[in-house]
Amino acid sequence: MPARFRLTEGGRIDRSKPISFTFNGKVYQGFEGDTLASALLANGVHLVGRSFKYHRPRGIMSAGAEEANALIQVGEGARTDPNLRATQIELVDGLKASSQNCWPSVEFDVSIVNNLASRLIPSGFYYKTFMWPASLWMTYEKIIRNAAGLGKAPEGPDPDKYDKTFAHCDVLVTGAGPTGLAAALSAGRSGARVILSEQDATLGGSLLSEPDQQIDGQPALEWVAAARAELEGLDNVRILTRTQTYGYFDHNFIGLMENLTDHLKDKPANLPRHRLWKLRAKQVVIATGAIERPLVFSDNDRPGIMLASACRTYVNRYGVKPGSKAVVFTNNDGAYAAALDMHKAGIHIAAVVDLRAYAEGPLTEKARDAGLRILDGHAITATAGDKRVKAVQVTRLSDDGESAKAVGEHIECDLVAVSGGWNPTVHLHSQSRGKILFDEAHACFVPGDSAQASSTAGACNGSFGLGACLSEGYDAGLAAAKAAGIKSRKKGSAPQAEDRDFLPARWLWLVPGDKPLGHGGKHFVDVQNDVTAADLHLALREGYRSIEHVKRYTTTGMGTDQGKTSNVNAIAIVSQYFGCPIPDVGVTTFRPPYTPVTFGVFAGRDTGDLLDPARKTPMHALHEQAGAAFEDVGQWKRPWYFPHEGEDMHAAVNREVRACRDSLGVMDASTLGKIDIQGKDAAEFLNRVYTNAWLKLKVGSCRYGLMLGENGMVMDDGVTSRLGENHFLMTTTSGNAAPVLAHLEEYLQTEWPELEVYLTSVTEQFATVSIAGPNARKLLAELTDDIDLSADAFPFMTWRNGTVAGIPARVFRISFTGDLSYEINVPASYGAALWQAVMTTGEKYAITPYGTEAMHVLRAEKGFIIVGQDTDGSVTPIDLGMDWIVSKTKDFVGRRSLYRSDMDKPDRKQLVGLLTDSPDTVLPEGAQLVEKIESGPTMAMVGHVTSSYHSPNCERSIAMALIKGGRARMGQKLYSPQADGKVITCSVSDVVFYDKEGERTRG
Amino acid sequence: MVEAYLRQSPLSQLALPSRAAEETGDAGVLMAERPFRRIVNLRGDPKSEAFQNAAKSVLGAELPLTPNSTTSPNTAAASKDASLLWLGPDEWWAISEDETPPLADKLRDALTGQHAAVTDVGEGYSCIAVSGPNAIDTLAKGCTLDFHDSVFAPGSCAQSDMAKAAVVFRRLEDETPSFEIYVRSSFAEYLWRWIEDAAGEYGVAVSA
Repeated sequence: MPARFRLTEGGRIDRSKPISFTFNGKVYQGFEGDTLASALLANGVHLVGRSFKYHRPRGIMSAGAEEANALIQVGEGARTDPNLRATQIELVDGLKASSQNCWPSVEFDVSIVNNLASRLIPSGFYYKTFMWPASLWMTYEKIIRNAAGLGKAPEGPDPDKYDKTFAHCDVLVTGAGPTGLAAALSAGRSGARVILSEQDATLGGSLLSEPDQQIDGQPALEWVAAARAELEGLDNVRILTRTQTYGYFDHNFIGLMENLTDHLKDKPANLPRHRLWKLRAKQVVIATGAIERPLVFSDNDRPGIMLASACRTYVNRYGVKPGSKAVVFTNNDGAYAAALDMHKAGIHIAAVVDLRAYAEGPLTEKARDAGLRILDGHAITATAGDKRVKAVQVTRLSDDGESAKAVGEHIECDLVAVSGGWNPTVHLHSQSRGKILFDEAHACFVPGDSAQASSTAGACNGSFGLGACLSEGYDAGLAAAKAAGIKSRKKGSAPQAEDRDFLPARWLWLVPGDKPLGHGGKHFVDVQNDVTAADLHLALREGYRSIEHVKRYTTTGMGTDQGKTSNVNAIAIVSQYFGCPIPDVGVTTFRPPYTPVTFGVFAGRDTGDLLDPARKTPMHALHEQAGAAFEDVGQWKRPWYFPHEGEDMHAAVNREVRACRDSLGVMDASTLGKIDIQGKDAAEFLNRVYTNAWLKLKVGSCRYGLMLGENGMVMDDGVTSRLGENHFLMTTTSGNAAPVLAHLEEYLQTEWPELEVYLTSVTEQFATVSIAGPNARKLLAELTDDIDLSADAFPFMTWRNGTVAGIPARVFRISFTGDLSYEINVPASYGAALWQAVMTTGEKYAITPYGTEAMHVLRAEKGFIIVGQDTDGSVTPIDLGMDWIVSKTKDFVGRRSLYRSDMDKPDRKQLVGLLTDSPDTVLPEGAQLVEKIESGPTMAMVGHVTSSYHSPNCERSIAMALIKGGRARMGQKLYSPQADGKVITCSVSDVVFYDKEGERTRG
Repeated sequence: MVEAYLRQSPLSQLALPSRAAEETGDAGVLMAERPFRRIVNLRGDPKSEAFQNAAKSVLGAELPLTPNSTTSPNTAAASKDASLLWLGPDEWWAISEDETPPLADKLRDALTGQHAAVTDVGEGYSCIAVSGPNAIDTLAKGCTLDFHDSVFAPGSCAQSDMAKAAVVFRRLEDETPSFEIYVRSSFAEYLWRWIEDAAGEYGVAVSA
């Protein structure tokens, strides 16, 4: 059964495709082509929500993006969206929608007491009342947010997929009304790459609501269909419907959000729900049309009080009667079109109340001819009706329009169609930093000069007649294509149509009511934020002058609709109060987004596993099979430790550490940064970037180096090997490879361009297997037959080429564990094979794979630093006790900083060892140390722990720490107070805890 | 000679060959790993005639000097063995599939005494091939570059980012949009999964 207010014919809905949906738990029927708003109106539902502050009953006021009242919650659970405009929600079978901001129901809302108490909560109420005491603000805020909320956030993680893409085009035409279609046609025909974006599901814009219009002698919608067909046939044109151009950013960077599946009942699994388009357009044609302006009159917010153009849209586009008995309230000729169309659709027009002293104009005459009752020089001065308007008070205006004559006429109605003129949708133009001018004739803001490569055309440019829209659009599209460098292939001419404006009009910004302003009856300016004309006057009386301040104080123009219907009225009312011209008041900033954008599109697919790259070495799968626990080192996944069944981390690490000292350990060192350095000045280059000397390093040898920043602080360390006279291989710490390469390139390119050196990252060219322990040499001997492994032939800190496990390899005899150690480098694709060969051959030595944690313990036993753990960007080599590596005879990056007076201070923090009195106690890393325990929490701190472990080889805990004047404190007792009140006592020691002579390494 | 079976490609864990479809149906995007490409990174001064000549003597073709351009084998101006990619004002890649010619050694010999650098880097890269009618749509999701024919014609190459990985893009001389994406091996699995997810809406198949 068709809904009560559905017309039997007409409109762009498909009556053969009924759709069932629920609103506030009740089931209704609509048709394909409906919006939620049109379907509700067809069912006679006007009351859809409660207002933000006063909880007044509110209905659907518009038929588009400007809707400020009908904000709806759609969906349930994790799949719910708040604050959607009912006027833009396409009806889909099974849609579940509900009102917001009302409890327990939209019909009976207990917070309506806010309305009765509204005299007590004017604008600025929150600021004035809840300021003191400041400590209670958190409590106040919770209550306020509860009482004045919008929709509800989803309760779980978003289950839908979102997409985002970059895009490029010559010409973006945003808006596919008559103007945008004409622009897309001319730009598209010229061969330019065009994107035509339209927020609506279909093309046509205002023409969808004005089927009587003619273009080029044919019905407008036939012209639209032909235009669409032509555009779809052009390879260089892409049409994006259901796509909101939400923001215009710098350098013609445009944000659009495309809705792909919300309107589909069965959502294809392969499609994302929404797509973010990050578009770079050479030229932009803004054809965003105009939004009708409401009139500000007493109690103008009741359900059933709507924009006149919206009434027209519901009748013509959706075949819906928004009421049975209507009063049209206008200040211009254009609104008579709505009166005529409603009249034709069988809605009784009780009266057209016209603010103009004498109603005139082409449409007005037609209405007169049609016999409509026109009350010119009149105003609606009061309205009645709770959940739906039921009557208006119509009173003759004084000649100046400032007041109403005492006695008026009471007219019963269930619909008031309001028109206060039109506001061009200048949002995108303003966002692009284009100028905004005031058009006196139409009393609206229009675009001035563009600040970027863009133009505006049609109604958004203040050209309201159809003929003007078409010709401006056509010219703008052509000009944009030309400006984008496209030479037109075809000549054509603009489509033609009648050019009828909505003038003449009378501007009466604040319609007088039965009672003085603020004394009964609310003149709403911003219905979404419940801001009235009285609120604006109050703000001005309190001394606010700047429109930006008035906006923030009263909240007018804020919220999800960003004042689409309220801003100009608010500005005009302020200007009237001051008695100054409207342009002197200025406009508030238009901010993106034009309408709200789903959070999901900004995340896109960069969520979960795809949030950040997980870098894996060639042996990663083998580590996984071995049950490794992984640690993040930069983006790398490195084995942390390899627990056996039933082992905790502590046990696993102890076992791994012991194995490296007792027999044989193996680790994946592939993540170490590697930089290939070639050129005749390579040695000189290294000499400048490292603190120690490099010129005399022999081919075949390796050397440890410290790299400083310009500030003299340690930035990286590693071993660099001389592969040839002019060829070196540098290693860097795993997490620091890219910054080190950038640092080196910067010096090469900006400071020393005369050096003939090339740098190439080869980090991933090699897989590196590091074996360590007394049996390392024996193992290697079994895997190679072309490298002489004797200590004399292959001493510590050298490298040799050869074959290992049948794979060409470069073997470095270097050690970070302090034990006999070899780092075997092979081409990356052989990494897994080498690892397996080493594991198999090493079985007889109980070869033990070890992770980063065991490596940290092993190197700490030897007092080797880890840059970034034992240093923090404020530590010099001298602080580390590494004077031995700092040359006194040559220059290097950071050298000059080392001679600043601050560097000589005796109380600089120096790296030392710490031994706890109780050998089983492990100091927490980061723990502060004091000389004396005080009773209170403020104690003079002398340093902190940087590394701390249980050392199975020392059979006790060991720690490294940065302590003020640490090296002069050897043996001194220090104390570390813990959060639980306990105190750990320890004494300062040398930083090397194990094999101080280094015999194991060199053996 | 090293046993080839010992080699593993960066994407070997995804078992792509077992997924490769004979018939790719109406998939909008085809993906494949092109393993074990040999890549030589070449640095040198293009204004030096000696450098240019030495490079040409080995490569059999002029180094491309137009930014982001390539010369490919089997084209008129091209070398026989390698594709040459312009990566920067003084940096090129020579890519070959053939195992045998020690291109890097030959280049090193020819460039002895010159300010130049020759470095094997192929082991550190994975090559992901992305082709099909929706290949450009897919690439656009992860990269700010404009891949349209008019801007990134067949034969173009560029260094940029795809998703959160640094890559080299190369567009092949094919009628259907066909690209190779060279990515550091450690990022390969991440990037493959990312692209496969991005291409999902068009239908994606693994090609042989």
